[in-house]
Amino acid sequence: MKGFLYKRILQLIPTLLIVAIIVFFITRMLPGDPAAVMLGPQASAEDIAAYSEKLGLNEPLHKQFFDYLINLATFDFGNSLTYNRPIMDLIIERFPNTIILAVSALLLAVMIGVPAGIIAARKQNTIIDYSVTTLSLIGVSMPIFWLGVMLVLYFSVNLGWFPATGMGSLEEGFGSFIRHLILPSVALATIPTAEFARIIRSSMLETISQDYIKTARSKGLKEFKVINKHAFKNALTPLLTVIGLQFSGLLGGAVLTETIFSWPGMGLLIVDAIEKRDFVVVQSTVIFIAVIYVVINLIVDILYKVVNPKVNLDSNSGGGK
Amino acid sequence: MSEPILSVKDLQIEFKSGSIVTKAVNGVTFSLNENESLGIVGESGSGKSVTATSILRLIPNPPGKITGGEIIFKGKNLLTLSNREIREIRGNEISMIFQDPSTSLNPVFTVGNQIIESIRTHKAVSKKEARELAIKMLELVGIPAPEKRIDMYPHEFSGGMRQRVMIAIALSCDPKLLIADEPTTALDVTVQAQILNLMKELQAKLNMSIIMITHDLGVVWETCDKIIVMYAGRVVESGTVAELYKNSLHPYTWGLLDSQITESQNNLKPLATIPGSPPDLSFEVKGCPFVERCPYAQTVCFEKTPQLMEPTKGHAVACHFQTSDQKLERKEDAYFDGSTT
Ligand SMILES: Nc1ncnc2c1ncn2[C@@H]1O[C@H](COP(=O)(O)OP(=O)(O)OP(=O)(O)O)[C@@H](O)[C@H]1O
Ligand SMILES: [Mg+2]
Repeated sequence: MKGFLYKRILQLIPTLLIVAIIVFFITRMLPGDPAAVMLGPQASAEDIAAYSEKLGLNEPLHKQFFDYLINLATFDFGNSLTYNRPIMDLIIERFPNTIILAVSALLLAVMIGVPAGIIAARKQNTIIDYSVTTLSLIGVSMPIFWLGVMLVLYFSVNLGWFPATGMGSLEEGFGSFIRHLILPSVALATIPTAEFARIIRSSMLETISQDYIKTARSKGLKEFKVINKHAFKNALTPLLTVIGLQFSGLLGGAVLTETIFSWPGMGLLIVDAIEKRDFVVVQSTVIFIAVIYVVINLIVDILYKVVNPKVNLDSNSGGGK
Repeated sequence: MSEPILSVKDLQIEFKSGSIVTKAVNGVTFSLNENESLGIVGESGSGKSVTATSILRLIPNPPGKITGGEIIFKGKNLLTLSNREIREIRGNEISMIFQDPSTSLNPVFTVGNQIIESIRTHKAVSKKEARELAIKMLELVGIPAPEKRIDMYPHEFSGGMRQRVMIAIALSCDPKLLIADEPTTALDVTVQAQILNLMKELQAKLNMSIIMITHDLGVVWETCDKIIVMYAGRVVESGTVAELYKNSLHPYTWGLLDSQITESQNNLKPLATIPGSPPDLSFEVKGCPFVERCPYAQTVCFEKTPQLMEPTKGHAVACHFQTSDQKLERKEDAYFDGSTT
């Protein structure tokens, strides 16, 4: 297990290096001179040149690139051009908000999607199954932007139950915090809920027909235990994969949802930075998100092992104990 | 003789798929005494597994349904018990082991977990006591270092060891009846013999009855007291092993006997096969179900379905001729002609 961890962490390095390279060159290839865009149309040519100099944009590309790599390796993301603050501070400020929204959406999706999928599998080819299948098909293809706007229109504007935008701080009270959280969480949870229900339904259908389920029944276990212990744990592996994917997606900042609800998370930060051509922020946040992805991936791999003892993590230690 | 521990009467089981109804079991009747072992033999698809799984009411419904008959175990009809009552019998008074030990143990739980679970379902014991009992069971079925092995996962055991674990689970609550559905088919030949010996040994030690389903008549001769031969969802012949070994009466049983590999057989003689295949059970079978493949068939066989009758006490057969005065003469090479084409 330890050897596996070291190896996996070492493997992260080339992955992240490739991400860093791609991000660097893509941000350099964006149309428009960043200095000119940031200083606005009234800026003089001298101002722009001076600003470029300050940003290091006049250095030869390879020098820029190596400085960039060294900064990354020392976790020095530099300063935002528009906010005039260290980017690390921005991320530290925004990322927890994104985590709150992502965790709340994920919990909602697991709590609704997983039981729905299990019930659909147990009642295969009944009206319950058809309803779950249809709803989840609608769910995965739901345009989130439209759904978000509809939620705001109905629940905030018409009914006035929830605030339309923004994030409640805990100082204003827990109630306010939760009420701000509900609509964006529902919008964000829709696709994952539908996806979890579909995945769990199909993997439960597969495990329910396995021999060990017959064994479990032949031992005199209650049907509840047969399904929720013996079948469910086996059906969990594919679910973990999508939970991991969805969660790293959510942590990267739900761009659409955060925009609609003005949720001050990573997604909103990126959108702002792109609009303002603050390429240093774009560059750093994208890399930050890439790190989140690979870390979550690693965690999912470790969870596989916990769920399924057959998965051999040290692939070169053949049949070890 | 005392009351049989299990008696199955006129069992009927159907599988429904759309509008097609397959009569997988049609009028199966047999009984089993305490400490006795019964072998069920027959070709693939003859309804052996369906018959055996119906005893614990484990037929998947839908598509399967027990549409008639009785299964009396210790005086109670299992088919009319409530779900809770039948659960109390499963794994407790009647246990079952299956063909493929690599798929019948749950891969994500330790073998200890799976034995302890069974014990704690039926016995009011603490976790610690259950664990001790589980270790004892593993020892009983011949697993070395059981205190260590108990915390391992099924994939860390060999096929034979896994089947031993299955047996340990099955026997952990002292069942009166063990149903074994081809327990050795998926194992190596040498391991097969070990598992069969273990079962015989444990049967004597623990006082239980066994139903042994197998393709292999040799297994029946070695391990069973009684035998039923199934064909197309029916019993075509039944009796004691001693009787059937010498005086089998049904042409289908003869075919099975001829297609056995025996030790005395020097490879000069080709192995017999029964030509053709069993009838499609989704249609009403007219006449004797074996008629299309029977070298002795005559007009009456196409017209009337023979009933299972006992021409001699304790030996039943379903064949028009064998239950009348015009007994058939068994031909040496009845199943060799044309079998190679
Ligand atoms: N789950 C099922 N769904 C539909 N039909 C089934 C099912 N299980 C069994 N059957 C039907 O019952 C018949 C008898 O099956 P069964 O499994 O009892 O045969 P068997 O004698 O045990 O054969 P084998 O030696 O191959 O195990 C099959 O031919 C099939 O038509
Ligand atoms: Mg079978």
